[in-house]
Amino acid sequence: MLEGIPLFPEQASNLAPEVDNLYFGITAITAFFAILVVVLIIVFAIKYRDKTGQKVGAPITGSIPLEVGWSIIPFIISMGIFVWATIVFFHLVRAPEQTLEIYSTGKRWMWRFQHLDGASEINTLHVPLGRPVKVIFTSEDVLHSLFIPAFRVKADAIPGRYSSIWFTATKTGEYHLFCTEYCGTKHSGMIGTVTVMEPGDYQSWLSGGGGMSMASRGEQLFQQLGCVGCHLDNGSGRGPALAGKYGMQETLANGTTVTVDDTYIRESILTPQMKLVAGYGPVMPTFQGLVNEEGVMSLIEYIKTLPPAGQAAAPAQAQVTP
Amino acid sequence: MTTTVLPRVTYINVKHGVASWLLTKDHKRIGIMYMIVVSFAFLLGGLFAAGVRIELTTPQGDFVSSDTYNRLFTMHGIFMVFFVLVPVVPAILGNFVMPLMIGAKDVAFPKLNLMSWYVFVIGFCFTLYALVSGGVDTGWTFYTPYSSNASNTNVLPVGIGIFITGFSSILTGLNFMVTIHRMRAPGLTWFRLPLFVWAIYATSLVMILATPVIAITVGMMALERALGFGIFDPRLGGDPVLFQHLFWFYSHPAVYIMILPPMGIISEVIACFSRKNVFGYSFVAFSSLAIAIFGFLVWAHHLFVAGISPYSAMVFSFLSFAVAIPSAVKVFNWTATLYQGAIWWKAPMMWVFGFMGLFLIGGLTGIFLASLGLDIHLHDTYFVVAHFHYIMVGGAIMGFFAGLHFWWPKMTGRMFSDSMATLAALLVFVGFNLTFFPQFILGYLGMPRRYHAYSEEFQVLNVLSSAGASILGVGYALIASYLLYSLFRGAPAGANPWLATGLEWTTQSPPLPENFAVQPVVNEGAYEYSKREIKVA
Repeated sequence: MLEGIPLFPEQASNLAPEVDNLYFGITAITAFFAILVVVLIIVFAIKYRDKTGQKVGAPITGSIPLEVGWSIIPFIISMGIFVWATIVFFHLVRAPEQTLEIYSTGKRWMWRFQHLDGASEINTLHVPLGRPVKVIFTSEDVLHSLFIPAFRVKADAIPGRYSSIWFTATKTGEYHLFCTEYCGTKHSGMIGTVTVMEPGDYQSWLSGGGGMSMASRGEQLFQQLGCVGCHLDNGSGRGPALAGKYGMQETLANGTTVTVDDTYIRESILTPQMKLVAGYGPVMPTFQGLVNEEGVMSLIEYIKTLPPAGQAAAPAQAQVTP
Repeated sequence: MTTTVLPRVTYINVKHGVASWLLTKDHKRIGIMYMIVVSFAFLLGGLFAAGVRIELTTPQGDFVSSDTYNRLFTMHGIFMVFFVLVPVVPAILGNFVMPLMIGAKDVAFPKLNLMSWYVFVIGFCFTLYALVSGGVDTGWTFYTPYSSNASNTNVLPVGIGIFITGFSSILTGLNFMVTIHRMRAPGLTWFRLPLFVWAIYATSLVMILATPVIAITVGMMALERALGFGIFDPRLGGDPVLFQHLFWFYSHPAVYIMILPPMGIISEVIACFSRKNVFGYSFVAFSSLAIAIFGFLVWAHHLFVAGISPYSAMVFSFLSFAVAIPSAVKVFNWTATLYQGAIWWKAPMMWVFGFMGLFLIGGLTGIFLASLGLDIHLHDTYFVVAHFHYIMVGGAIMGFFAGLHFWWPKMTGRMFSDSMATLAALLVFVGFNLTFFPQFILGYLGMPRRYHAYSEEFQVLNVLSSAGASILGVGYALIASYLLYSLFRGAPAGANPWLATGLEWTTQSPPLPENFAVQPVVNEGAYEYSKREIKVA
């Protein structure tokens, strides 16, 4: 029966071997200390056993060199582990520059994934082999957490902000996808499958998805919601121009600066009065309730595609690289 | 041994009737009353755990519904954490033996002590009411915004219950601190104090400083739930992660409220049954204080995947490694205490050996979770469940039983069966490991915690875990049976059956209502076994 028990999940991402090495390393170090102490306890307990209860022990009260030794040596070893684990951590949280971005929203009790070119799926996620993928996600209700054990990646989905995980899949196949932050009745049903495909198969899978690309949908929303009326390209409108702003620093009315990233754009759409750009009045209404999380993601994707002012706007679709 | 008889006047028989207990100001009687309530909470918590383990023997959610399952693990956590682990050692054994150990007649504020018990019972009743009228399903962590607006269970009554119970902790901590400062016997200097008293002192400090934070946090969560204040719910302009910061600012130090007093017990029992000084007394004493202080600085290691900045994660990871060192120092000192001792293999010592084995695994797996790169994978999986059960059950509960067996003759005046108690320690040790060791593997495989149904490849390990839990249950039932038997039929213990040092062993068992016939005076350290000519009682 014991032969059937797996001890480790499959290694299916570039990050998995790094995490596993850390796991083996720490297991070896801690097992050494655990065995050392247990052996000493057993040896002492047997060697110095007194069945009568009448004898007394040796008059030993302590030893400063020993105390110093067994404080400093574990400290040095633990600092070694700390540095190693922190290096692995930064690989896990710092995505490379060029990634294939996939948007996702968690809500009780499902995960919806939105590919840039328009394909969307629920509780399944298709990704290509060998290419860095970044999943950017939020939650529509309570906390969730996106966990893919075979990739050794996890991050909480938090309503009101964006989280992300990244990985490069290294092995084709199907892997578990779990929600790991308790979210109510069907928490254990908020699961899915990640399918890693050869890049060619992934392309043909995507083309079967159909639909409008996220950036074009964003452009459409930009018109429909009337954003275009104030956010004029030349900056003369009632709101700041948006072209070329993504990733830049913006000075706010209160003098501080903020980086224009996904979270800031999202905040500006849903709670526009919170962080006003310097020189503009608090005239923008909130779009809470008028646009859903996926709409907001599409708008962000559209704003990302806008070229800096003065250049001709390229069609949004052209920005979607396969 | 010469035949001993029970003393004529004791704190137990000095007055009779329920009212004499409910209106008592005697710290010993109050300790016993805590034991009754806590045992009841432990039984309830254990039954909920049994429900969880039965459900998890099969991958499908077939024993109870998802909603019932979620209530089961939530109520298991709430009863075990707030009504068992936090009070089990300080309120039962701390109350009973700490004043005896320092040669005092009672705690500094006996009426306040009784009031703490009533506050505790009122909080417990609120929580019981919440249970009877449908339960609560938020997990014992009450994460927002689920608790503040999504869950439609009895979050408020439980919140109020915990809010009230917190005051019991604060008042008890205050009482103990004043008692230890002001009521030590003549000659009992700080560095002659038994290490259990040091541990209770450090724990009291944490109780006083940390508990108000959970009261405030639960209060804010209740305001949001009942009145719609936007504190944690982003739809109302709040921040859900703020709740986690506040919650763990109490709940991490609370882990030290649970583990420091059992650590104190281990020092007492190891010294007694090795017939030696505790190795490195002052290092063991100060490591308790170091743990109490560092324990306040590591809360965000529960938030490594909750979107905190990677640099702040780095700082909290570093501090979490640092807090492991004083715990390691204690383990090394206990091990060194055994060296060249005269080790008497009696039941309390067997519980200590069990504690050492389980606490080692619990502590060392903490290293895995403090490691940032590994915690990303392990967070919220069964690895975490296994880790904290090794600390809280393997550490705190095993430590409590070591202390209960050690002081049982003092508390009741009667002995229990040593062989039964040794067997129970073995059953609990084996059952515990079989229950929780497979969960480390499940966690690394990726099984998330709080799952009602799970993927089939996890079944074998879950079945092993449930099998272990039933052995654990038998072990606990065995303890209850031989201790109850001892209460009525146990041989009279005499004042000092273990031939231990310590003032509590100089008075009769069970003690006089006023503890000591004559005010004791101390003129040596706590564990001067080796200077003693131990005589047969």
